[in-house]
Amino acid sequence: MQFLSYLVNGISLGSIYAVIALGYTMVYGIARMLNFAHGDVIMVGGYIAYTVMTTMGMPTLAGICTAVLVCTLLGVAIERVAYKPLREAPSLAVLITAIGMSYLLQNLALLIFGSAPKSFSSVVALQPLRLFGGALIITGEALTTILVSALIMVCLTLFVNKTKVGHAMQAVSEDKGAAQLMGINVNATISLTFAIGSALAAVAGVLLCSAYPSLTPTTGAMPGIKAFVAAVFGGIGSIPGAMLGGVLLGVIQSLSTAYISSQMADAIVFGVLIVVLLVRPTGILGKQTREKV
Amino acid sequence: MKIKSLNPNFRRSLVTYGIVAAAFIFIQILSGAGLLTSSLSGQLVPICAYVIMAISLNLTVGILGELSLGHAGFMSVGAFMGAFVSVCIKDALPGWLTLALALLAGTAAAAVVGVLIGIPVLRLQGDYLAIVTLAFGEIIKNLLNSFYIGRDAAGFHISFQDAPSLNLDETGEIIINGAQGITGMPRSASFTLGVVLILITLFVVQNLVDSRTGRAVMSIRDNRIAAESVGINITKYKMIAFTVSAALAGLAGSMYAHNFSTLVARKFDYNTSILVLVFIVVGGLGNIRGSVIAAAALTVLPELLRGFSDYRMLVYAVVLIVMMLFNQSPQIAAWRRKWAAKLKSRKPDGKKPDGKEA
Repeated sequence: MQFLSYLVNGISLGSIYAVIALGYTMVYGIARMLNFAHGDVIMVGGYIAYTVMTTMGMPTLAGICTAVLVCTLLGVAIERVAYKPLREAPSLAVLITAIGMSYLLQNLALLIFGSAPKSFSSVVALQPLRLFGGALIITGEALTTILVSALIMVCLTLFVNKTKVGHAMQAVSEDKGAAQLMGINVNATISLTFAIGSALAAVAGVLLCSAYPSLTPTTGAMPGIKAFVAAVFGGIGSIPGAMLGGVLLGVIQSLSTAYISSQMADAIVFGVLIVVLLVRPTGILGKQTREKV
Repeated sequence: MKIKSLNPNFRRSLVTYGIVAAAFIFIQILSGAGLLTSSLSGQLVPICAYVIMAISLNLTVGILGELSLGHAGFMSVGAFMGAFVSVCIKDALPGWLTLALALLAGTAAAAVVGVLIGIPVLRLQGDYLAIVTLAFGEIIKNLLNSFYIGRDAAGFHISFQDAPSLNLDETGEIIINGAQGITGMPRSASFTLGVVLILITLFVVQNLVDSRTGRAVMSIRDNRIAAESVGINITKYKMIAFTVSAALAGLAGSMYAHNFSTLVARKFDYNTSILVLVFIVVGGLGNIRGSVIAAAALTVLPELLRGFSDYRMLVYAVVLIVMMLFNQSPQIAAWRRKWAAKLKSRKPDGKKPDGKEA
């Protein structure tokens, strides 16, 4: 029973990773860049929701909606200002810019909100679910997280595969030049991808802070990096892959914290990344690609 | 006259050595005149360590062209190895020999870890390589945080659990105590030693860059496929650059450790790696002299400008973004060329009334 409760915790944590990983994987699939600032957009989402809900005393729904809106705008603005001018530049330059952006967001948050952790009040009002006569307790947060992320994945898969805009996104990720020749607005499509990714990051931020209610300027950094690990694990560019990778990573982390050592849990998660990249660099569900000279 | 007949690469190196030597003399004069504040004189050895870190990271990022985000990991390996050796042998050997052995041990340990990490990492490139070096940096930090080693009459005891599980007898002492780190190093690092090590690092890196090996490494950076097709062994040269870079970071770490009496692994986290990255971006990627100047200036400036320290990382973040946009964006490059052309065409106009130009 102990094991089951660790497993549920892992799946719940993994679902948050999965939602963040969806944003990473979509941006990487289309813009071919590792958006280091993605993790920090999560933190911004958390702070916005906190400000609206706790400082201004508005209802929960208003907090979530404001967070999603602000993060969407922020994501699009970051892309316009920092990444778009570097679209033709070497990947080293883009990567360094993304790291700079991540630090910029963290330090702005540090200046505005201070380094003392804010205690985030959970947005979930569900009662904990008691199974097996109370031997296994699933918190409302865990349940909501799992349901919300499953819902997001289904909607996103339908959106990408069934709508015209979704097809445009697939086309741009396949070949930017050819997509442009077919009359697709490449810039708008990339902006849309950043918008969706950042909106998901806001949702992930609210979920993350509800489950782990201590909010600091570096809240998003580690989950962001781990979500990228999840995206690589599942196969970068693949939506079900991000979901699978996220959940597996959450379970690995939860079980190694429980059975090995909490100090080593992070090391084990990163060890997984290294093993995956060496054994199967395209991830579990990724497509094999060949390099052309 | 004679200097002009020298090889231009050698001349460039001489200028860099000269700058370091001049800075050394300048600081010594200031310190002799008592003009050095105590906080600044306490920073001298760390500044030297960061200069060496910047030179070594520039070898990976600027010369090899791959982003390493775990450079602080190598520094911590060197620091802990050097400190460990020092603590173990300081009672048996004279001070200078202890320090020399500790520096060598730190460098060698970081080089070994560099090879071990390089084997898997260098098969990747670009974003993946960056994230894996970050992962290794975190793994090293986590391992050191839960690493316990003690010594008693029966020899060394190692544990990854906690201090009591070392099972030391009554004569035993704990040397590395997990997250509490290592204590009791002799504080034997001095500014003079730091400058000597900077000069050695410069000598190693400049000669490597100007050698056949260095040209091979740079050709991989400029066009990997072309380099491979003319028969350059990519893995070998990447490995050489990466290992030298790791070893020098270990040297920096080992020296850094001997400036403090306590050392914890938390000190060498991702933020330290990024700080060094800021130094080399500001100094210019691939520009060794720039790294030296930027690392020294950006470590001294926050000491001098009080009140700036709150905004330090914020400003660095903006600097990273602006530098990249300014140097790498095609639109801004075109805009810069246009302005440069305008300024050039205006100059002769401005000078004509003087009659000098005609």
